Amino acid sequence: MSATAALGATSARGWTLRRFASQEALLAVAVIGLAVVVGFINPRFLAYRNLADVLLGNAYIGIAAVGMSMVIISGNIDISVGALIGVLATVSGSLAVAGAPIVVCWLAPLILGVAVMAAQGAVVAYLRIPAIVVTLGMMSILRGGLISVTGGKWITDLPDTFHLADLNVLGAPMPVVIMVVATAVAALWMRYSPRGRSIYATGGNAEAARLCGVNPQRTVVMVFALHGLFAGAATLVYATQLRVIQSTTPSGLELTIITATVVGGVSILGGVGTVIGATLAAILIAEITSALVFINISPYWTDAVRGALIIATVIADIMRRQRRAARGWKK
Amino acid sequence: MSLAIETPGRKLPRWVTRHETMLALILAIALLALGAFNDRFLTVDNLLNQGRLMTEIGLIALPMTFVIITGGIDLSVGAIVGLCAIMLGYSWKYFGFPLPLAILFALAVGGAAGLVNGLVITRIKVPPLIMTIATLALYRGLAEGVSQAHSVRNYPEWFYILGQGSVLGVPTQLVILIVLVVIAGVALDRTTFGRTLYAIGSNETAARFSALNVDRTKLVIYTLSGLASALAAVVLVSRVTTTRMDMGMGYELDVIAAVVLGGTSIFGGSGTIWGTVIGVAMIQLLKNGLALTGVKGDATIIVIGVALILSVLIASSMQRRRDQSA
Repeated sequence: MSATAALGATSARGWTLRRFASQEALLAVAVIGLAVVVGFINPRFLAYRNLADVLLGNAYIGIAAVGMSMVIISGNIDISVGALIGVLATVSGSLAVAGAPIVVCWLAPLILGVAVMAAQGAVVAYLRIPAIVVTLGMMSILRGGLISVTGGKWITDLPDTFHLADLNVLGAPMPVVIMVVATAVAALWMRYSPRGRSIYATGGNAEAARLCGVNPQRTVVMVFALHGLFAGAATLVYATQLRVIQSTTPSGLELTIITATVVGGVSILGGVGTVIGATLAAILIAEITSALVFINISPYWTDAVRGALIIATVIADIMRRQRRAARGWKK
Repeated sequence: MSLAIETPGRKLPRWVTRHETMLALILAIALLALGAFNDRFLTVDNLLNQGRLMTEIGLIALPMTFVIITGGIDLSVGAIVGLCAIMLGYSWKYFGFPLPLAILFALAVGGAAGLVNGLVITRIKVPPLIMTIATLALYRGLAEGVSQAHSVRNYPEWFYILGQGSVLGVPTQLVILIVLVVIAGVALDRTTFGRTLYAIGSNETAARFSALNVDRTKLVIYTLSGLASALAAVVLVSRVTTTRMDMGMGYELDVIAAVVLGGTSIFGGSGTIWGTVIGVAMIQLLKNGLALTGVKGDATIIVIGVALILSVLIASSMQRRRDQSA
């Protein structure tokens, strides 16, 4: 186990450092650069109120992208997460309206999220069904289930104590605190703990990981369970911001989360990436969406911009890998 | 499946234990059961109408079978349906294209959308799953951006023949589907192109070493997938008489479920068009049967999701048993 960790650490740390010089730094520059350019065209974009809205309203995407990063780094994919967040938000809101203790309302999405995702992870890992099939099926089960149970009714009259996202911690708003803490803890854990490293090992080469003493199956289940935990935390931030919870699934949410993850530098081939990049990318995408409004471009173009962004990043990632592989051959 | 035919030492004749035969049997039993349950179900009118409704999924399922046989996947089909529907309506209303030209334009856009998928998948080697998730976002985004959420209606009367009319009592689009099913079936079973698909899905490296043009074949099937989605879009617009940007949303689930239910291995290398046809019919039957027993439309996607997971589970466990006994 220690041999694996050391082996993984040297190569992956090289990657991480180089990545930090490219993807994360690039994203940080893009986030600031875009703000400056759009602020120049329309100064109202830089109003504190707007920037705060962008950050607070999209923190949950950053949180969910942390879990998605782990899933993709382990060499899998999950497209059920958008539907899951919709279901968890409805469950949490319904509990609150029904008068359950507020702690239960807050814990329920976390526990349920872990349960649903761990089950999917087990099917992927032990029954060897591709993650895309399992999560595509689960997406329709969750989405259909939600609509048929609630009939599309909205949840209103949420108790005041429910709104966790409105609280402040030492002056910082709760969504941002949760996002920063989740990202930081996950980044450190994935980089320095053997279990965190085993995610990279499994995604990089499952057979090599197995020979090094990592149990790839258990790792995949763990990754999905953690992804469920982050999806639950994302739900908490998302749902407790709302005054009315629409009991439908936010459409295209899984695509936003996957885009944030991939644009953040997580290689879709598995094995490479950091969660910091994913969080930065989530902020960038939210910023772009808001910027479009301020430079008078119809919000209906948002999805097209997001699609173009993800394609450009994926192509750049693959080409960078191929160049590196080609260099490696020459040596 | 084609390889397994040679496996000797089976008690039952091979065609009896084939996935397709089993499915056809289940389909027949389900038809009879639903017929006994509800006397409105097993009527010629209802069955023809169901044929009309399943055409769009059926059209896309044909090239999807090819794609999945090669071990690939195309998640962007629903988004291409939306994009092509918008292009049809938009070019007719705002570019002033005559409708036949607008239809050709929509088909061209669909083909181009599929070609882009194929080019990036073959030239840059982006995995099909990721590329088509990305273009799912892009194509749907383009449909939203171009249409600005406006819908286009009031097409000329003759256009509705395609989606609402019939030829000798059979719905027009069903005739088109049947012709294309036969072409696809023959192409898959009896041509070099078809056999190349199996070769790629079984072992891509071996296929390359056998001097098969793997990249060109993949390019063709992803383009076909785009074209079929465009055709489905035209049929869909003609059937529902309007163009909306959310058309085709979620089609990828129905299509993939139908193909996988029809016995095509999600891991590539095996599958048949006949299986896919039965799969498409079963998905439509599920929807119709559930609707007749009073289940609302949204709830049926639960059943399709379960069917998708279960069919892959059963297929892979049967495969494993076959591998062990071999």
